[in-house]
Amino acid sequence: MDQNVENHERLEKLEGIGCSRKRREDPRFIQGKGNYVDDIKLPGMLFAVMVRSPYAHAKIKSIDTTKAKAHPGVHAVLTADDLKPLKLHWMPTLAGDVQAVLADGYVSFQNQEVAFVVADDRYVAADAAELVEVDYEELPVVVDPFKALLPDAPVIRPDLDGKNVGAHGARKHHNHIFNWQIGDKDKTDRAFSDAEVTVAQDMHYPRVHPCPLETCGSVASYDAIRGDLTVWITSQAPHVVRTVVGLLSSIPESKIRIISPDIGGGFGNKVGVYPGYVCAIVASIVLGRPVKWIESRSENLTTTAFARDYWMSGELAADKSGKIKALRVNVTADHGAFDACADPTKWPAGMFHVCTGSYDIPNAHVSVDGVYTNKFPGGVSYRCSFRVTEAVYLVERMIDVLAQKLNIDKAEIRKRNFIKYEQFPYLTPLGLEFDSGNYMPALEKVLEAVDYNALRAEQAQKRADPTCPTLMGIGITTFTEIVGAGPSKSCDILGIGMFDSCEIRVHPDGSAIARMGTISQGQGHQTTYAQIIASESGIAASQIAVEEGDTSTAPYGLGTYGSRSTPVAGAAVARASRKIREKARKIAAHLLEVSPDDLEFDLDQFKVKGDPAKAKTMKEIAWAAYNNVPDGMEMGLEAVDYYDPPNFTFPFGAYLCVVDVHKKTGETKVRRFYALDDCGTRINPMIIEGQIHGGLTEGFAVAMGQELPYDEQGNVLGGTLMDYFLPTSMETPHWETDFTVTPSPHHPIGAKGVAESPHVGSIPCFSNAMVDAFAHLGTTHFNMPYNSYRVWQHAKSLGL
Amino acid sequence: MIPSPFEYHAPTALPDVIALLSQYGDEAKLLAGGHSLLPMMKLRFAAPGHLIDLRKVAELKGISVVGSQLHIGAMTTENELIFSKLVAEHLPLLAEVARQIADPQVRYKGTIGGDISHGDPGNDHPAVMMAMDATFVLTGANGERLVKATEFFHGMYDTALTPGEVMTQIRIPIPAAGTGSSYAKLKRKTGDYATAAAAVVIRLQAGLCTQARIALTNVGPTALFAGDAAASLIGKPIDDVTITQAANLAMAICEPAPDLRGDEAYKTAMAGQMVERALRLAVAHVK
Ligand SMILES: Cc1cc2nc3c(=O)[nH]c(=O)nc-3n(C[C@H](O)[C@H](O)[C@H](O)COP(=O)(O)OP(=O)(O)OC[C@H]3O[C@@H](n4cnc5c(N)ncnc54)[C@H](O)[C@@H]3O)c2cc1C
Repeated sequence: MDQNVENHERLEKLEGIGCSRKRREDPRFIQGKGNYVDDIKLPGMLFAVMVRSPYAHAKIKSIDTTKAKAHPGVHAVLTADDLKPLKLHWMPTLAGDVQAVLADGYVSFQNQEVAFVVADDRYVAADAAELVEVDYEELPVVVDPFKALLPDAPVIRPDLDGKNVGAHGARKHHNHIFNWQIGDKDKTDRAFSDAEVTVAQDMHYPRVHPCPLETCGSVASYDAIRGDLTVWITSQAPHVVRTVVGLLSSIPESKIRIISPDIGGGFGNKVGVYPGYVCAIVASIVLGRPVKWIESRSENLTTTAFARDYWMSGELAADKSGKIKALRVNVTADHGAFDACADPTKWPAGMFHVCTGSYDIPNAHVSVDGVYTNKFPGGVSYRCSFRVTEAVYLVERMIDVLAQKLNIDKAEIRKRNFIKYEQFPYLTPLGLEFDSGNYMPALEKVLEAVDYNALRAEQAQKRADPTCPTLMGIGITTFTEIVGAGPSKSCDILGIGMFDSCEIRVHPDGSAIARMGTISQGQGHQTTYAQIIASESGIAASQIAVEEGDTSTAPYGLGTYGSRSTPVAGAAVARASRKIREKARKIAAHLLEVSPDDLEFDLDQFKVKGDPAKAKTMKEIAWAAYNNVPDGMEMGLEAVDYYDPPNFTFPFGAYLCVVDVHKKTGETKVRRFYALDDCGTRINPMIIEGQIHGGLTEGFAVAMGQELPYDEQGNVLGGTLMDYFLPTSMETPHWETDFTVTPSPHHPIGAKGVAESPHVGSIPCFSNAMVDAFAHLGTTHFNMPYNSYRVWQHAKSLGL
Repeated sequence: MIPSPFEYHAPTALPDVIALLSQYGDEAKLLAGGHSLLPMMKLRFAAPGHLIDLRKVAELKGISVVGSQLHIGAMTTENELIFSKLVAEHLPLLAEVARQIADPQVRYKGTIGGDISHGDPGNDHPAVMMAMDATFVLTGANGERLVKATEFFHGMYDTALTPGEVMTQIRIPIPAAGTGSSYAKLKRKTGDYATAAAAVVIRLQAGLCTQARIALTNVGPTALFAGDAAASLIGKPIDDVTITQAANLAMAICEPAPDLRGDEAYKTAMAGQMVERALRLAVAHVK
């Protein structure tokens, strides 16, 4: 009995995988002791603001900076002409296009960067920015990607004149960026012509913004004597930024240090390199002083990287029983004025080809056209892997459309089409290999938990009662995500494979420091990575310091987005820990004078098999690593691992949402939301729960209110938090969470990534519920966001 | 989001406020809670050269019963209204509306005087003031004058206040027994202005409506006093039929400006819905 108690205590002390360890990062955040980029203050630091274009499309006839430069306290005013000699007035984007750093003769979206004013402080800079005189000649504007492709549409990118081939192949029009196709078109078309039933649905996934609480910003500090450049930046991918800065500046990467301090949320907004960063660096080099540039909220919402804006046409072919035979998708993707999408180089629509979802669909074909419009650039993955939210939205909506057409229950039609457990690993018709999944039990668990049949009965009753003031909708999604980009054979960014890394050093006292190529923005890496190391190496989590974000200390990695930290860096962490453990085994064997094979690892020590009294703890082994190692072994206890994943991971979930819609006002109330997630091995259940709550809340925001609409003149509407919907606790529904566990077979600890599933999976669930509320009136789809105005309009159009 | 330079004044007595106002004329702006003014300054829609902060002027604060009225100092914050025992007892509508304004941060700073004086049709107090038949005390170099809520709002950001004047007090009659009131507000989220809202004060005697006042928020260039809608209820029971009729009459006077909250048709329809909602609640609140 004593032995059990002791073992339990050791396990608790370890705080390894599976324990709800409290987040190590919280004490500093809740006490206001975080250190964000705007908290960085350096001696002699200057502050910069951008002068931006009020017009969406205009020629710049002249820029007069005389008055601004003469304003007391102003140190520099940069325009494209100042950047030209350095060849920095344009920069490459991650999507193989170029983007103007400062407008070079014309502007092509509202709020485009035109001049950069550097002054003593942000107040002087703001005053001086008003003194920059820009003479614009307005040009016709196009904000609709379909109109942009008309023959006589305004030319959005004169710099591309005559370039018929872009980074992703042929361009068929002056505003066309690429056409990307995947799947077997002929077979798919044939399946459609042979089908008993087909359905088609157009849908728009509106332009939204990740809207992290902290906006983007940087502090650049160039030391002319040492020739070193240090940049503090709110980046989700500091190493990638270092490579980009090296490419742009010709400074060797060894002389560039990028530091991502605490980050107040990223959600994809902080992957790219923005003009403000480049200008701050140039200004610091030119002026020899540190330069800080921080976006305002509206600048963030209207210039740095939107998400989505996909116009999707989906079609399904099926037999009468609802068994799907083929999926066909055509997408017109609005990329704004520059193609600054963050996608793996080879995939201009990211991983949209996960759009066959959790279903065994034999044939599929997808075609995506990227289009320029007079809107700000982006196309980032907002709390999702590259374009996965769009893909999942499409298939989860389409299967509902099919269910309605065939009058099959929306849960039932999913069951009829699920990829079966025995079919894994499953090769999709679009070339992805789903590693694992077990969809049926997940859905059944949810249906039972909410008493699905009773909900449908209640709905039927309400539908039959014309005096009922509300409509009731039930939405279901059974989604599969693809995360953990990714295998270097298919995924790279700027030619760098999308591996990630971990380095662990165990100190003589048995404590350790670990560094990764990723960077936490709220995910709790400090907490969870330490748990993986604890379980894998036997060092208590509380003894492990986790550091990320400083390129001068952390090993190279591709950063944190697309739920890649656990699938990729987390695997590196496990493997580096195992290297530590294996070296520790040899040292223990040496100390105990047995063969390493005679030892067994038990939580935090190595024991001699059959003689458990003879043991060495990791603490003892760590000490010995610095004074008493076997002959021929190097001293020290360190390990590095660069992990190139063999495949993606495929988290999945089954969600169910119940909404009540007020017929006369369009107000909606999410009465119930039940989210079951399967992310494989669960490292920290409490953090998972927190991530799911956050993701569901963001999904709710997107579905119910987020949108960056434009008027015909190209003015972006709703670019403040008064209009852009960021739900508070008052609006946020109550979330119920649940889980199943289907470990990834190829990941060292079977983990799959979780923080994005709730965003990806919930948005179509809200849509499905909203459409379901009106389904008996013939509605098969209406577009997000479901603010009460839009819902009322829809109800009105149905004569309610 | 950085305002233009300005000079800051923090007088401690009302005469000093008036003196500063006459000294700086158009250049000056009074600063109360700052939650309407500062956002406009940060966006550089307003660029006053002088800010005269009313925060230290003690005589502008406080709530008291004087005769049959409640007197409320213009610098009383929304939260002070929410937590006031006198308001809860005599004018629960005032606390009900304050709770629906913005968020706790704004309510700790924003004042009833500022909310009214700003002349923003999106603000919630103006309609409530009309419905409660409030009177405002405006003080200038020539002393005090009284202006009724129904005569105070001239247009968007345009009120009866002249440049040298300060709103010092709000006076509201304490309703008679049998009165019920409510404020129904449709908004997109916490912290949002109304898509449409309705303030209703009714008095029921022997099951019939003997007094009624209805006013609407954010469906015109100012808060709108829906006199016809209110009159239609007099002498009748408040039931589905009369409620619908009143709502229709209220909708007839709406002239909302379209924005992301909705177009004219939606906002007008919502004004009607809010009148209906507020009337039902007011009936339930009768005491
Ligand atoms: C996010 C947000 C949401 C909001 N939502 C709402 C809402 O839903 N409903 C709502 O009603 N309001 C809302 N507001 C506005 C808020 O209630 C303001 O506090 C209020 O409108 C102005 O009051 P104030 O004390 O802050 O005045 P200030 O902003 O200081 O002043 C406003 C104007 O009134 C003038 N003024 C102030 N006091 C006096 C006086 N005593 N005499 C003469 N002139 C004076 C000022 O010179 C200025 O022009 C919101 C504000 C924010 C920031």
